Amino acid sequence: MDYTFHWYPAFKLLPKMLVGSITTIEIAFLSMLFGIIIGASLALAKNSDSKILSSFAGAWIEVSRNTPALYQIYMAYFGLGTFGIYVGSFGALLIGITFNNAGYLAETFRGGLRAIPATQMKTARSLGMNYFQAFIYVIFPQLLKTVFHSVTNQTVWAILMTSLGVIVGMNTDLMGVTNELNALSFRTFEYFSLAAVLYYLITKLFLGLAYLLNVKLFRY
Amino acid sequence: MNFVSEFSTNDFLYMLKGLGISISLTLWAVVCGTILGIIFGFIRSGVGALLNFFMGSILDVFRSVPLLIQLILFNALGSILKLGFSPFQVSCIVLSVYTAAYVSEAVRSGILSVPPALLRSARSLGLTYFQTLREIVFPLALRVSFPTWVGITLGVFKDTSLVLWIGIIELLKSSQIIITRTQEPILILSIAGLLYFIVSFGFTRVAKRVEKKWEQYEL
Repeated sequence: MDYTFHWYPAFKLLPKMLVGSITTIEIAFLSMLFGIIIGASLALAKNSDSKILSSFAGAWIEVSRNTPALYQIYMAYFGLGTFGIYVGSFGALLIGITFNNAGYLAETFRGGLRAIPATQMKTARSLGMNYFQAFIYVIFPQLLKTVFHSVTNQTVWAILMTSLGVIVGMNTDLMGVTNELNALSFRTFEYFSLAAVLYYLITKLFLGLAYLLNVKLFRY
Repeated sequence: MNFVSEFSTNDFLYMLKGLGISISLTLWAVVCGTILGIIFGFIRSGVGALLNFFMGSILDVFRSVPLLIQLILFNALGSILKLGFSPFQVSCIVLSVYTAAYVSEAVRSGILSVPPALLRSARSLGLTYFQTLREIVFPLALRVSFPTWVGITLGVFKDTSLVLWIGIIELLKSSQIIITRTQEPILILSIAGLLYFIVSFGFTRVAKRVEKKWEQYEL
């Protein structure tokens, strides 16, 4: 082997990569936030009696689950331009991941809703609560408990999926920063190893936080 | 807007060729990954807690680092060590290990789902260790792990789109190449999406049918 590893230049660029990590976390967070909101709406739409709503939700769920995440990002990046909407790499990445998250989370929420017996709603209503009170005080806390694990998993997926942004020219997130630095020096192995470690730490940090939250939320 | 498309039959064949590469990558990765995963999962279900934790955390690395980085790193490592792998071989190896990491978890939980009392009663009825494994553990664990395995296979099929980064022309890359020429992104990406959809949706349907068939023999 006539290759010498140069770890020092990689470590010197660690601050830049850390700044990129913050962007990565930001995108993952935003995509999860929008994903949960859209996913919950899709779940309700899929379960609703309206044929139009339920088939729209069904189509969204099937497309997002049966095509690659990268394809969805491509669709946002190349496809939306046809309609005169130019979103840039950041927008395309965010739209793509959000679309994906929403589809997967909708199925999670649907499963969660199915796990709650219908009598819970009826009991709450008969105790004098209106529909929204019953949903917020009775159904929602139980739903949160059943879907917590899946949502955590989906967030890890979202963090890992943000790395796909580099393929559509993203250069501010962890992967994009690393790729750009790599283009200057071609120390591919060293730089990307460091990026891999950072991704690993981000996911583990998040899982640790989720664990603490889990303990705190579901003590009873 | 003009309704005359530049998209030709040859372009479609080119995309089908890309789809073929995606599918063959999936097949290699799933076959090798499943074999490896079963071996790892089987070992992990039988060894002590410490060794299981150790193996688990090593396999967990492949699930906590983006696949794209794994591909880049292994590709770079291949050049550093002068292993002389083609990009296709690199992708197969990385995807196989990635699959194995997921499959081992599914296999382990499948094996652990078999109640120990059932094993003891099988042994006390006179079945040997391997007979118990073949007649009791295997069929029960298979039913538990199979849906997860289907999910993993679909995931790997979709993840093959990432190999375009190390220079393989699979379905998505071939679409991108055609888009560059014809400038009709929506049309071509829709066709690509449809192809992805048909394959994964079809696979899900077949898997569901297999599951249904097995349900007949349930206890």
